[in-house]
Amino acid sequence: MNLQKSTLNAVFTYTLVVVAFVVAQGLIKSGNISSTLRGQLAPICAYIVMAVSLNLTVGILGELSLGHAGFMSVGAFSGVVACVSLANVIPLEPLRLVVGMLVGASCASAVGFFIGIPVLRLGGDYLAIVTLACGEIIKNLVTCMYVGMDSHGLHFSFLTSASALQLEKGGKVIINGPMGIAGIPKLSTFTMGFMLVMFTLFIVMNLVNSRAGRAIMALRDNRIAAESVGIPVTKYKLMAFVTSAALAGAAGALYAMNFSTVVATKFNFNTSILILVYVVLGGLGNIWGSVVAAAVLTVLPEMLRGFNDYRMLVYAVVLIIVMIVTNNARFKAIPTRLKKRLRGASNV
Amino acid sequence: MFERGQKTKLAPLPATIFVPERDVDKQPILEAHNLGIDFGGLTALDGFNFAVSPTEIAGLIGPNGAGKTTVFSLLSKVYQPTRGAILLNGRDTMGMSTVQVNRAGIARTFQNIRLFNNLTVEDNVKLGLHNHIKYGMLSGILRTPNYWKQEKSAAMRVKELLSIFNMEHMVGKRAGSLPYGAQRRLEIIRALATGPKVLLLDEPAAGMNPSETDELMENIVKVRDTFQIAIVLIEHDMNLVMGICEGICVLNFGKIIAKGAPGDIQNNPLVIEAYLGRQKKDGQHAES
Amino acid sequence: MLAALLRFNFLGGLYMSFLSHLISGVSLGSIYAIIALGYTMVYGIAKMLNFAHGDVIMVGAYVCFFAVSRYDMPVIPSVLLAVAACTALGVFIERLAYKPLRSAPSLAVLITAIGMSYFLQNSAQLLWTSNPKVFSSVVGNGSVKFFDGRLSISYNVIVTVLACIIIMSVLTWFTGRTKMGKAMRACSEDKDAAQLMGINVNATISMTFAIGSALAAVAGVLLCSVYPTLMPTTGSMPGIKAFTAAVFGGIGSIPGALLGGTLLGVIEIFAKAYISTQLSDAIVFLVLIIVLLVKPAGLLGKQVQEKV
Repeated sequence: MNLQKSTLNAVFTYTLVVVAFVVAQGLIKSGNISSTLRGQLAPICAYIVMAVSLNLTVGILGELSLGHAGFMSVGAFSGVVACVSLANVIPLEPLRLVVGMLVGASCASAVGFFIGIPVLRLGGDYLAIVTLACGEIIKNLVTCMYVGMDSHGLHFSFLTSASALQLEKGGKVIINGPMGIAGIPKLSTFTMGFMLVMFTLFIVMNLVNSRAGRAIMALRDNRIAAESVGIPVTKYKLMAFVTSAALAGAAGALYAMNFSTVVATKFNFNTSILILVYVVLGGLGNIWGSVVAAAVLTVLPEMLRGFNDYRMLVYAVVLIIVMIVTNNARFKAIPTRLKKRLRGASNV
Repeated sequence: MFERGQKTKLAPLPATIFVPERDVDKQPILEAHNLGIDFGGLTALDGFNFAVSPTEIAGLIGPNGAGKTTVFSLLSKVYQPTRGAILLNGRDTMGMSTVQVNRAGIARTFQNIRLFNNLTVEDNVKLGLHNHIKYGMLSGILRTPNYWKQEKSAAMRVKELLSIFNMEHMVGKRAGSLPYGAQRRLEIIRALATGPKVLLLDEPAAGMNPSETDELMENIVKVRDTFQIAIVLIEHDMNLVMGICEGICVLNFGKIIAKGAPGDIQNNPLVIEAYLGRQKKDGQHAES
Repeated sequence: MLAALLRFNFLGGLYMSFLSHLISGVSLGSIYAIIALGYTMVYGIAKMLNFAHGDVIMVGAYVCFFAVSRYDMPVIPSVLLAVAACTALGVFIERLAYKPLRSAPSLAVLITAIGMSYFLQNSAQLLWTSNPKVFSSVVGNGSVKFFDGRLSISYNVIVTVLACIIIMSVLTWFTGRTKMGKAMRACSEDKDAAQLMGINVNATISMTFAIGSALAAVAGVLLCSVYPTLMPTTGSMPGIKAFTAAVFGGIGSIPGALLGGTLLGVIEIFAKAYISTQLSDAIVFLVLIIVLLVKPAGLLGKQVQEKV
């Protein structure tokens, strides 16, 4: 019974994404899509992956994380370094992107693991503030990092300048401190983004409906009860957190490889919050909700470009109104009252 | 040193806890020796000596705030004791966590029900079976044949367990949406699913009406008979306690004031005093 | 002889620079503390993270800026005007956005607060553009010199630290001794019980927001007197840091806000001076994480154990 319900839910989610992809491809083929929106398609996929992976931490595990963009940043920078340095080794572009995403995911999950071990002992608002702090630390560290490549391989330097890399002639600076990365090869495509979204959905939804996923949700619902039936808290918290970080890392690599330049400050607190907004508006624990919210809320500000100056203002107002309407008891009662009134009218 | 029936200063009764005849020559499954805990200078429990034989139904009673739930929290390692030792099947549980002690064979329910409210009844019981379902995270994600096999046998086991309390039809319902009595029963089933040797029930009959309580009494005995495990229960409903418990331990102000079979406890003046207040010579009740 | 004198001078110089860093750290920390008070009081009572608090600071600074530079008002009335405007704004925000969500899940309230923060920032951008304004210090740029001019303390620093001490003392007196203050503490312990005792919970929460926002205005003016660039995003980073300071000291605790704010300010300035300017933020946040790992409820916070 339960399994059937969750299977239906999964089928619905996959179908939704596939249909959206096909429709978007159709629009591209027929030329009915603005060029700005077209450039946004791969980033939208990245944001969807970010939202779904954050939902794993916030909705499924039930721990508020305010530093999700930090993992995106780790994934973006490590992924780009991998792709640039492997340019001659793997000539096939999609494969190189996949490798980049894998590298991004592994680096982000390693960071998530080392942050998670000490930090996940905290709970509630304290965990939230610590994840915020971690996001800021990552941003700050990446800003001070210099990476270059020459025939000897990769050179790293920290807190100095690009010249400290001591590259030989013909060497190339990849990460240039506060200036970030410039001249990124544009490897990301909408199709690759679509595939990453499908992969993420596969991982997250199958995880949720397995033994491990149940344990993670048990921690959310009642930690003390979960311990009393023999579920190790740290193990499953870490599992959710690290998986979430890994997916965010892959999304970061996809995102970075869509633009020619990327700076560390792009992945700041505001980006983390933006993704959290997608998750909350899409519904906590609701995977397809995150997909829809991320897609619509990325496209919406683009659509609102008509009244450019006001669009962020409108966005803020919409956000506040949606939160109040969906969470206030008086507003929540409106649909049932309406139904009652309609039924009353039809009875007469 | 760790003999059964260790005398406590406060207990004027023969301090041996009642041992059912079938368990006489068996080692006790659970023992507490001189157990005690302080919360920042406040002694919540002190000198707690207690033993449960392998298939005994034991009762833990006492007025509110006597330290009964504290005993359960110590036995299930939610708190670590300040003094004393807990032996499970003769093995010291010192340093074990809640998770480890559950795997070793102690399962419990909670006074204020703690279910996984947003999950279904089936998932709640499956979480009780967590350590008996054997597949890893990866085979869960990749849905290997082992995943399907294990999940299927777990689902069967869930049905079996639910049938003890006739709850099979609730399998797909959200745990939080169940009526109160069903939630209490589900919590017991979830604890049973972990395969315990000792089951700790914290006020299982709280909030139940008399007919539900009668049914619960039958079910507790049935669970003991089917699974051959020891059950320790905290309860305020004296009909239930006197009806099914074989040995009873009375706590007041964190100390044992009496131990014995139900009949002895009922007539013990110290127990009556703890519950009703001191009986003065002129026959008036004083505030306790 | 000469060498010894030189050495003494050198050490004296080190000592002086240490002292001056310490003083500017305490001054920055005082600003953080005043902002953190707003966070901590609101959290204590409404159990919510008011992310819009940082932007109220920015509004306060803008009001004061325009009062002084455009309408040529004297300093004290302009500061008072900023305080009044922010108080009204704080109460207005609470009534409009947070009050309907009193019984909603905390995440919903958090997102609403974030929405409010966006709203304030973008309104400021529309009204006053994103071009930075140069804020002139409300107390002038002079300084007092000590040790033959080797150590100078600016008026800004003196006023900031004094303001922090005064605000702290008044608040401690207010929450400890007055009827309204006691009502506040009662609400932060248990809202339902407070209501049963006849305390007007809604009025108390509004009052808390009013006080917090008034303090934000003061903090805004002081902040921009020291760091004179005023933009719509001016409030957000100090807001986050002050929030960190509140958690650092133990959120919900007024002395905790003072301690957390001051320590954070001193650590930030020292990290900038002695380790690295670029890494100062990372160091501040790292210290926060370490403190929380050792004392999970913050320096002065109360550890609450979940009852089974």
